[in-house]
Amino acid sequence: MAYQSKLKSDEINNELNDVEHGKTFLNKEITNERMEKRILLDKVARKVFSLSTVFALIVLGILFYRIGTQSIGWLDLKFLTSNLSIFPEKAGIYGAIIGSVWLMAVVIPVTLLLGVSTAIYLEEYANQGKFQSFIKTNISNLAGVPSVIFGLLGLTVFRRLFDLGSSILAGGLTLSLLVLPIIVVASQEAIRAVPGFLRDGAYAMGATKWTTIRTVVLPASLPGILTGCILAISRAIGETAPLVVLGIPTLILRIPDSIMSDFTALPIQIYYWTLDTVLTPQYANLAAATIVVLLVVLLLMNSVAIFIRIKFQRRY
Amino acid sequence: MNKAVNVRDIIKKNIKSKKNKTEKIMPNIFLLSASISILTTIGILVTLIIDSYKFFAEVPVKEIFSINLAPLSKNPSFGILPLINGTIITSLIAMCVAVPVGLTAAMYLSEFASEKSRKTLKPIMEVLAGIPTIVYGFFAYSFVTPLLMRLIPSLEAKNALSPGIVMGIMIIPLVASLSEDAMSSVPNSMREGALALGSTKLEVTLKVVVPAAISGIIASFVLAISRAIGETMIVTIASGSSKTLTFDITQSMQTMTAYIVEFTSGDAGIGTGYYSLYAVGLILFLFTLLMNLIAQYISHKYREEY
Repeated sequence: MAYQSKLKSDEINNELNDVEHGKTFLNKEITNERMEKRILLDKVARKVFSLSTVFALIVLGILFYRIGTQSIGWLDLKFLTSNLSIFPEKAGIYGAIIGSVWLMAVVIPVTLLLGVSTAIYLEEYANQGKFQSFIKTNISNLAGVPSVIFGLLGLTVFRRLFDLGSSILAGGLTLSLLVLPIIVVASQEAIRAVPGFLRDGAYAMGATKWTTIRTVVLPASLPGILTGCILAISRAIGETAPLVVLGIPTLILRIPDSIMSDFTALPIQIYYWTLDTVLTPQYANLAAATIVVLLVVLLLMNSVAIFIRIKFQRRY
Repeated sequence: MNKAVNVRDIIKKNIKSKKNKTEKIMPNIFLLSASISILTTIGILVTLIIDSYKFFAEVPVKEIFSINLAPLSKNPSFGILPLINGTIITSLIAMCVAVPVGLTAAMYLSEFASEKSRKTLKPIMEVLAGIPTIVYGFFAYSFVTPLLMRLIPSLEAKNALSPGIVMGIMIIPLVASLSEDAMSSVPNSMREGALALGSTKLEVTLKVVVPAAISGIIASFVLAISRAIGETMIVTIASGSSKTLTFDITQSMQTMTAYIVEFTSGDAGIGTGYYSLYAVGLILFLFTLLMNLIAQYISHKYREEY
């Protein structure tokens, strides 16, 4: 290229340095029109691309702002401690909170038990054969099944076949199956991250396989498993479609007191209130206030997950 | 002299001991719980197929491909085309939002952003992905629809446009993070080669990184379509339940998922209407399964190893 011969050698070096640091590409005196165009395009693209990343942030901001302002004046202690009512001024979400807590009381032990033992089987016991890869494909496909389909499964199996009605148990089991893949994958990763020398150490001391898993592998992978568990719960707590498909009744005035009682949960309450805003506009404020409660719970759970990840996760 | 300890005796004792029994039982317990996931798949398939069979026994196949959907009228008809149409149109709108924004965001995060801004932007994307869909549904209905009404006066209170856009926003993090993963795994030597030849960053991104990561990027699009098809609450709340076949996105359209929700939350009882749920569910399941398999196939088959 002709123009390069005009450059002194030290100038070339400067240019190369600049290129490395991404500042400018070539000296203005020697850049021709085409070069300028390319650099301009590069700059424009950088701005546009960063804008579309920031777009997500903007939407998030608008969403929080809108829901926050709509809930002002509605979200107070009374709202949290009083029960449902058809009158918007009197309505509260105490029953929905208790219902969600009950649901999680079913989901947490079931998913933790099933998820972790599935992960242990896949990582520690299964030989790397066809069966294991079959289970793995199966789990990754289950993760992609729409949540309504799980609702249909729950409706047929738990509600009609086992006759559990629209109880907490039926809802909890349906949600457990839905979030199972999340916790299985997270636990698998956590178990895989436990280095071989820890296992070898246990074996060398004469420990059996199960003893090794129980006393070495599980404690070492606990932070990862807990993080996955929290992610699974935060998915389950906001899930609406499967519960609606199960046929949770609209207005439940009784506070659930056992695993077999009918219930309502936070997301279902948001759904019904949103649907009824046509009739009673204030329901939109109630829905917004409930959303704030739900989002705060989710935020808290995610912060706990991040805290666990930072505080307890060890790299070997 | 001490009494000699016979190692063989100890081993024999250990083999007979209880500890050994748990050693044999545990793998079976784990296998049992691992098979729960397979049972779930089988359960889904069996419930969908059995009840769809009851539906198809009563309704001729020809009727299913008609455009008349009136499950509750005196002469019920079960044309599924309006539902498929609604699903495809809302998903297409969602993809029109999610693909350009998600892909450019991925390009920015992977190629342009500094380490610091990437570390702040990625968690924000994850927050966006963690918001329950019911919240997006509320947002679409109570904010986006009124906003769009100011721009398009003919927009109905329930329409396909607003849930489509919000669904797209919901999917952005999925497209962005999966595409970003694919782009980040392109080795630096390729970028450096292109930079050394005098390319700008944009040219490196568009002509080297994106083509090298194309399998992962396309897989992310396909997964996004699958998510959009299966998304329920946003379309149920904001798109309404009109069962007429229309291509006008300012009007209400019902998707397959919204149909299922409408029919189970209203008391359909046991009858052809009730079984139609499962037929729709089966089609929905097959749609999303197909998409997921295509995504897996693309990312396995065309993945280039560097």
